[in-house]
Amino acid sequence: MSKTYYSPSHEYVTVDGNIGYIGISDYAQQALGNVVYVDMPEDGDDLVAGEDFGAVESVKAASDLFAPVSGAVVEINEQLIDNPRLINEDAMSNWIVKVELTDPSELDKLMDEEAYRAHCEAEKH
Amino acid sequence: MNKKYYGKVIFELSRPGRQGYSLPANGCEDALAGLPSDLLRTKSPELPEVDELTVVRHYNNMSTNNFGVDTGFYPLGSCTMKYNPKINEEMASLPAFTALHPFQPSATVQGALEAYYTLQQMLSEIGGMAEFTLNPYAGAHGELTGLMVIRAYHESRGDMKRTKVIVPDSAHGTNPASAAVAGLKVVEVKSLPDGTVDVEALRPLLDETVAAVMMTNPNTVGIFEHNIPEIAEMVHACGALLYYDGANLNPLLGVARPGDMGFDVMHINLHKTFSTPHGGGGPGSGPVGVRAGLEQFLPNPRVVKHTGDNGDPLFHLDFGTEKGPHALGRISAWLGNFAVELRALAYILSLGRDGLKLAGTLATLNANYIKESLRDLYELPIDRVCKHEFVFDGLTDKSTGVTTLNVAKRLLDHGFHAPTIYFPLLFHESLMIEPTETESKETLDEFIAVMRDIAREAAETPDVVKNAPLETPIRKPDDTAAALNPVVTFADL
Amino acid sequence: MLERCGMKSLEELYSDVPESLKLKRDYELQPQMSEKEVRDFFEELAVRNQPLTCFAGAGFYDHYTPAVVQSIAARSEFLTAYTPYQPEISQGTLQYIFEYQSMMTQLTGMEVSNASMYDGTTALAEAMLMAVSHARKKNRVIVSATLNPIYREVIDTYAHYHGVTVDTIPEVDGITDLNAMREMLAAGDVAGVILPTPNFYGILEDYTGVADAVHAAKALLIMTAPASTLGVIRTPGEWGADIAAGEAQSLGMPLNFGGPYLGYICCTKALIRKLPGRIVGATTDADGQRVFVLTLQAREQHIRRDKATSNICSNQGLMALYVAMYLSLMGAKGLREVNELSAAGAHYLANRLVESGAFELKYPERPFLNEFVVKFKGEVKLADFVEVCNSCGCLPGVMISDDELLVCVTETRTKEEIDRYAWRAETFSKATVPAMNNTDMSN
Repeated sequence: MSKTYYSPSHEYVTVDGNIGYIGISDYAQQALGNVVYVDMPEDGDDLVAGEDFGAVESVKAASDLFAPVSGAVVEINEQLIDNPRLINEDAMSNWIVKVELTDPSELDKLMDEEAYRAHCEAEKH
Repeated sequence: MNKKYYGKVIFELSRPGRQGYSLPANGCEDALAGLPSDLLRTKSPELPEVDELTVVRHYNNMSTNNFGVDTGFYPLGSCTMKYNPKINEEMASLPAFTALHPFQPSATVQGALEAYYTLQQMLSEIGGMAEFTLNPYAGAHGELTGLMVIRAYHESRGDMKRTKVIVPDSAHGTNPASAAVAGLKVVEVKSLPDGTVDVEALRPLLDETVAAVMMTNPNTVGIFEHNIPEIAEMVHACGALLYYDGANLNPLLGVARPGDMGFDVMHINLHKTFSTPHGGGGPGSGPVGVRAGLEQFLPNPRVVKHTGDNGDPLFHLDFGTEKGPHALGRISAWLGNFAVELRALAYILSLGRDGLKLAGTLATLNANYIKESLRDLYELPIDRVCKHEFVFDGLTDKSTGVTTLNVAKRLLDHGFHAPTIYFPLLFHESLMIEPTETESKETLDEFIAVMRDIAREAAETPDVVKNAPLETPIRKPDDTAAALNPVVTFADL
Repeated sequence: MLERCGMKSLEELYSDVPESLKLKRDYELQPQMSEKEVRDFFEELAVRNQPLTCFAGAGFYDHYTPAVVQSIAARSEFLTAYTPYQPEISQGTLQYIFEYQSMMTQLTGMEVSNASMYDGTTALAEAMLMAVSHARKKNRVIVSATLNPIYREVIDTYAHYHGVTVDTIPEVDGITDLNAMREMLAAGDVAGVILPTPNFYGILEDYTGVADAVHAAKALLIMTAPASTLGVIRTPGEWGADIAAGEAQSLGMPLNFGGPYLGYICCTKALIRKLPGRIVGATTDADGQRVFVLTLQAREQHIRRDKATSNICSNQGLMALYVAMYLSLMGAKGLREVNELSAAGAHYLANRLVESGAFELKYPERPFLNEFVVKFKGEVKLADFVEVCNSCGCLPGVMISDDELLVCVTETRTKEEIDRYAWRAETFSKATVPAMNNTDMSN
């Protein structure tokens, strides 16, 4: 049974066992506009919660990606190399990196769907 | 500007066998044939084959789709697009300067070295600094050089912990980028609602890990940082140095000097304040000045003045040997964009001490005049006397859906360049206007009238503004397609 | 105007500047000059410069600039334009940069080019930073000892502050010691390898197998060449380089006492996101026309700030127009002829200098194009010979040690000038203080 958590900087992590799928939220992709490039880490890189690990670029903006949780990258979403706009089409199913979580307790500091929705509402105003 | 789009690429005009050059034979025996063939290229480069007239017409036609200062007004914030006097071009083109090889012995280039030295002295006087290097090629290169000077200073004292640079959130993008290239970590400090640096937010950031604080004054919203003496004191108390980004120096000419404000290191953009042409993006020039005590850290080579046997001044190039062990080394091949420096020298001579002061004051007057003439229709987030530039946060009436981008593009239809838009990042709809001193009241009034007209259009026929530009050689380009599938050479087309 | 601002005097415009910060005196500068006086001032400076008949190269070359180039580059639509951030009114600038990029990729044999860097030295330093950024976890770069020392100095400055370690691949008999390079690569910590072609001594080095060795060590191969020579020599692309970066002054730019020049940087498509500076790309506009825009801007400082690929903003835009026009006029054939004439003149002069008895070739077995090193054999000092040449209006080369001269010939040198140089060497080897009144230039 998987569950999705969100960070204040609009990354999500969908957790299934000790594997997390990290991407940007639908709210973030809408704010960014047409995604033209995703700067991704490499297999084996270690992500540290709160630190940046890449970026999502639109034509005239770039948004750094901050790791919601720590973990080792076990896979990157290679589809995004040729077709970065998949993020615009469906941000939630087009995750950017798959990681093996090193400290599941970090999830407690993230928001659930409901809290995140409130967070986005607050940001709009 | 020609509204008809030309649009051809020179490769498309190529016809086999055409040629646009003539070269003198020197009668020496061919040597290429004697070279090992595996050290030579196997395939000729695919370059155009065109005659001279085709080349001339091609580039002339192309130029008519371009807008320059000589075409019309550039209200481009933070870019200081003033008129570039023609005499400067002519002086920089004198063969006795253009034909000089940089390796020529000093005795044969005394005039060139004196020109460099004279400009360096003038900039030191204008900046209130002890010495300048003219070697950096552009503003960002000057920032990088200045930060290297600062690092060299800390290193010379064995103070190796200083790895951070503090920049305001309103800073030009080059500030944090230059810091990163110089190996420093960037920490942002917040601005107050009036656009000035928040002294209380800065205070806790200052510690023994800070190498420098970078500021521009007036800042990017055109406001004079009146707390600068206090900031300088705080920065120096923590052992860091204060860096002045000279992009906005123009309004302070003759009025105040960065050196007197407590800045330790600064750069000047000759292509802004000192009227050298922007050339479609370069070449610029970014001289760096330092206060007394930091001269030894400036980069090589430098021009040194001595007195000759007959009492006349003699100039020569020094590679750090005369300035002690801490000279930075090289940051450029030679003495920077020398021909650009000659233009700036001609400009300063033309204006002289009084003309420079008047230039700064009139630039400030022009900016305030536009601000006061449009504030009823455009939102003025910071209502104070501005310096060379100011920022509107879009149209006051936001209900029309007309954005800053739309206003900027509509200006193109009226024969004006767009202002700087969506910078600084402090406001959502930033529209930053800097008129410079070289525009007449008539031009400013015409611009004001057009801006008012656009505001009226935004209310009455918003779609016209949203679809702008309509009168330019091309319409809105598809930037997304360009970035998704980069086509960057003719071979890719 | 003051009235609209609600002010009575110009001083009020500065009411927000604390009195203590105001300059209470005039600048210590001269009063303003009339245009005639400015002209006189510069002409007085100009007479104290003495352009010399140039046999110096060392990275900066006296090639001919066709009249068209400067005539059109002076057009104010190009000269006084800002950076082409507004594509609707900047197609002229954008188009010539696109042409420049296309031509530079042809010359270097690479796939993509940016819109220009400041000069060759900074372009190569940025190429080094690209390699380090690409390698992510390695920060050591190795550089051949045969690289132009000016380039090396700039690289060292950038490297020192950026935290990059630069080590030297030693040279043997004027060329890179490739065995030493392989050993250095074996450590596994090298991010990039920098090699020159032709090298500082003018020698065309054989880099067969180098790219494979560099790539096997997961490093990038960076090569640098004076752009004009790329019309005939084996290109960085053909050698298997990942990045080509260097000086394009040799493509139609006057010597100008060191600048403005233009640094080129080209690379493989795979590295395009790591390129510094501006890049122009083709796209279509709302009417479906093919147009040009600045693209991939999210790499740049105005968007990415401290995470940008470089801090470069202003580049050498107008000089890219010089290159585009120069290469349009010359074409591949003209550029080949420039190299043929230069190489022919250089080999002729090299022979004459050896025959004069005053010099011998430092690297007689090595192939060179239009630049070579001679060793002075005379009893007196090489510096004295150089001085005699200077006083006759000739720059005989660049002294790279007390008795070694790096000599260059381009297509602008006539047979007479070359013969006169050789004659001077001959005379000098026979007499310690020769009387030479055969002046090259009168001013």
